[in-house]
Amino acid sequence: MKVKVISRSTDEFTRERSQDLQRVFRNFDPSLRTQEKAVEYVRALNAAKLDKIFARPFIGAMDGHRDSIKCMAKNPSYLKGIFSGSDDGDIRLWDIASRRTVCQFPGHQSAVQGLTVSTDGSILVSCGSDCTVRLWNVPGATRADSDNLSDNSAKALAVYVWKNAFRAVDHQWDGDLFATAGAQVDIWNHNRSQPVNTFDWGTDTTISIRFNPGEPNILATSANDRSITLYDLRMSSPARKVIMRTKANSIAWNPMEPMNFTVANEDCNCYSYDARKLDEAKCVHKDHVSAVMDIDFSPTGREFVTGSYDRTVRIFQYNGGHSREIYHTKRMQRVFCVKYSSDASYVISGTDDTNLRLWKAKASEQLGVVLPREKKKHEYLEAVKNRYKHLPEVKRIVRHRHLPKPIYKAANLRRTMIEAERRKEQRRKAHSAPGSVVTESIRKRRIIKEVE
Amino acid sequence: MGAKEENGDGEMDQTVKKYLRGEAANLEGLQDKKLKGQLAIREELYGKSAKAAAKIEKWLLPSEGGYLEAEGIEKTWRIKQESIAREVDILSLRNQYDIVLPELGPYTLDFTPNGRYMAAAGCKGHLAIVDMKTLSLKKEIQVRETVRDVVYLHNELFFAAAQKKYPYIYNRDGTELHCLKEHGAVSRLQFLKNHFLLASINKFGQLHYQDVTMGEMVGNFRTGSGRTDAMQVNPFNGVVALGHSSGTVTMWKPTSAAPLVKMLCHPGPVSSLAFHPNGHLMATSGKEKKIKIWDLRKFEVIQTLSGHAKTLNFSQKGLLAAGTGSFVQILGDFSGSQNYSRYMSHSIAKGYQVGKVLFRPYEDVLGIGHSMGWSSILIPGSGEPNFDSWVANPFETSKQRREKEVHSLLDKLPPETIMLDPTKVGTVRPARKKEKPTKEEREAEMEAAVEAAKDSDIKRKTKGRNKPSKRAKKRKEIIDRAKRPFLEQQVEEQETFRKKQKTNMETEMPKSLQRFVRQKAT
Repeated sequence: MKVKVISRSTDEFTRERSQDLQRVFRNFDPSLRTQEKAVEYVRALNAAKLDKIFARPFIGAMDGHRDSIKCMAKNPSYLKGIFSGSDDGDIRLWDIASRRTVCQFPGHQSAVQGLTVSTDGSILVSCGSDCTVRLWNVPGATRADSDNLSDNSAKALAVYVWKNAFRAVDHQWDGDLFATAGAQVDIWNHNRSQPVNTFDWGTDTTISIRFNPGEPNILATSANDRSITLYDLRMSSPARKVIMRTKANSIAWNPMEPMNFTVANEDCNCYSYDARKLDEAKCVHKDHVSAVMDIDFSPTGREFVTGSYDRTVRIFQYNGGHSREIYHTKRMQRVFCVKYSSDASYVISGTDDTNLRLWKAKASEQLGVVLPREKKKHEYLEAVKNRYKHLPEVKRIVRHRHLPKPIYKAANLRRTMIEAERRKEQRRKAHSAPGSVVTESIRKRRIIKEVE
Repeated sequence: MGAKEENGDGEMDQTVKKYLRGEAANLEGLQDKKLKGQLAIREELYGKSAKAAAKIEKWLLPSEGGYLEAEGIEKTWRIKQESIAREVDILSLRNQYDIVLPELGPYTLDFTPNGRYMAAAGCKGHLAIVDMKTLSLKKEIQVRETVRDVVYLHNELFFAAAQKKYPYIYNRDGTELHCLKEHGAVSRLQFLKNHFLLASINKFGQLHYQDVTMGEMVGNFRTGSGRTDAMQVNPFNGVVALGHSSGTVTMWKPTSAAPLVKMLCHPGPVSSLAFHPNGHLMATSGKEKKIKIWDLRKFEVIQTLSGHAKTLNFSQKGLLAAGTGSFVQILGDFSGSQNYSRYMSHSIAKGYQVGKVLFRPYEDVLGIGHSMGWSSILIPGSGEPNFDSWVANPFETSKQRREKEVHSLLDKLPPETIMLDPTKVGTVRPARKKEKPTKEEREAEMEAAVEAAKDSDIKRKTKGRNKPSKRAKKRKEIIDRAKRPFLEQQVEEQETFRKKQKTNMETEMPKSLQRFVRQKAT
């Protein structure tokens, strides 16, 4: 007879010394765990509730400007600093960690319309309504960290005066050219006081300009004649143009998928395009109730942040039709510029009320050093919440956001109007000969034509 | 070599299937491309994790299960405990013993979920807590009352004893914590671990569910079948099954006053029942000397065995212990086809009556509570050799116990999650087709509308316009107005019915008369 009985020796299953870690044994057999789905559901519900309890996205406001903030710039080689320019010509460099001004750059006589930093992070380029482009030396990192936080001011490296007022400026991601937008698109070199090249297609002012992160010679601009134009610096003529029904206030390229860009449009939506196929939008992002003023992508390329005239900042997923998060404060007025910080953890908004506000990108994230066990727990809770987030109880909690009353009412009004329009369209279609009334898809509807 | 690999692959496939927990979703019918892509990625991840879990099961588990193999013409059920004792190591020998306590009545037992502690209760009022690792008596008290049942709550700190008039909850030090008066004179207690519910059935056949965390009485139902001694919780889905003296087994959940299932199992009273840990098998025994094994998915008998069984219990590995008189029989399913056959047997001293058999979790040990105390025998192959520290840890320290308590309280399931098929949580309910209300329902609705109309107050007019005849007319008008939509519906239905009849008639007419049939305008 062969017989064996389970016998466990205590030494094998307990720790030897009290300084050792406790031993953990796993058996993943599903029959040992009863009612796993219900337990996961309860955990998802609790995770959703905890998320809401810990959701405190607002970190602080950076006060100092005396007029509304029109533009911001990120320094590609220094995470902690951000530049902002306001309507009275005041440019400041902020230290995000202490939320104080490190350095001021006085010089512009009127509104600063655009700010950008060179590739190596040493030169700041600013342009304004006083028809000048100014280049500044960015103070080194040590200076930014120093305790001497009195208003240091820097002198301009160079001032270039040109013909018309400028509306926007952007620097190449990998080169030393920068482009300004105004009555025409000018390409400048740091050392020349006159533009190296000029592009002029169309008769209206260009209001925003962005270089492609992957291909340094391609840039996209948007103009007041509701068009979005793509230029290639190596060719002497502009490449493609798409005309929409309403003008685009701002453009941002996806840093991880450089062929896609998203425009912030005046008709409260954002449209994502593939630069190779401009006849149809890839995705329409709807949620704002007033014109979207600025847009910036996260360095992960998976999300972007938009700021709108309706006093809110929203964060969208790169392929999502609706926003995942909305940030608003009673004191925050019209948002004119937003930036996603380069470590993908913060969102900075510059508004009409002369403040720059710092927000967390993930509202319930724990900042600072997170232990590996805590990190795993957060990831697990996130995953289990996403698994059950379509069920009614969990969905209700996950979706809940407090909206300020004017936005709530405006959103309802828009919804009613769009519903009414859609219903009328459906009835027209139902009562006319089949095939005579053609519904355009939403992705094509807002485009008038594409021009080569 | 190739054949062996194939066999190995077959086994791996079986284990992978176990870890996949069901069929993959059918993504063919999805129109939404984005969703389809996301789901396809998820399905791939599930496949990978199931394969990884299967590999872990094959290579990384620390212990192996027990077994008993007979050689030559030996039969396993003739092997006695003494012969096993000679072959087995000293540590396991300690698990084989008899405790004789003749004066204090038949004993029942309960183990904590990790198998570390045992609570034994003698009918004459003796309550004892034993640490099974060190085989030391932790605490014993004498409550000087009849104790009919004892059950551990979520860990070894609390246990409930069903005493003469009410059930009481005690601490591990023997301090009485609560007296649960609402339950009445309880004959059996059961504890639902995931929900922290204490279920009890009392002398009058009332089933009570009490939440032991907040003390709230969650359910209180009259079973309508009188007193019973057969009560078990199905660990798979948390339903409580009662075996009644009419031979029916009813299954209950705390949120409904009517039983979920009522099945006729035996021609006579049901003496005991037991559930297999996978939730699909149930064993019941009746007084007509039959033990039946049921498949709970189809509610059909799989196997009928002959023999009495005053008490039944399934082990973690699926062995069934049946105790009757002074004889305990263990049956096992070895061919994998759910065909139970004799595995082992054990007779205790003549004159001792077996009261309860209970397998000890994570050990190859069977505890027997009988009229003269309790015994413990070795049954190789009955316990799960590999435990999961996060589920039940036999080597728990007090810190680990405290953490586990907090985590299990956070994961406490609400009583609504108890259902016959626990995998339904999180699935989409199939759309119900809108059924037309039946004639009786419609009549009931009409009557309800008429009653509502009658109840409404009619304004009394002034200035001489308030004549009784006018008031009566007004009331009649209101009732007619309430009835009108229903009558209109009836008239419409009669018309459609007549039209249908007509068309039917027309199609049935002989050929020569077809030209007189009215042509419907196309």
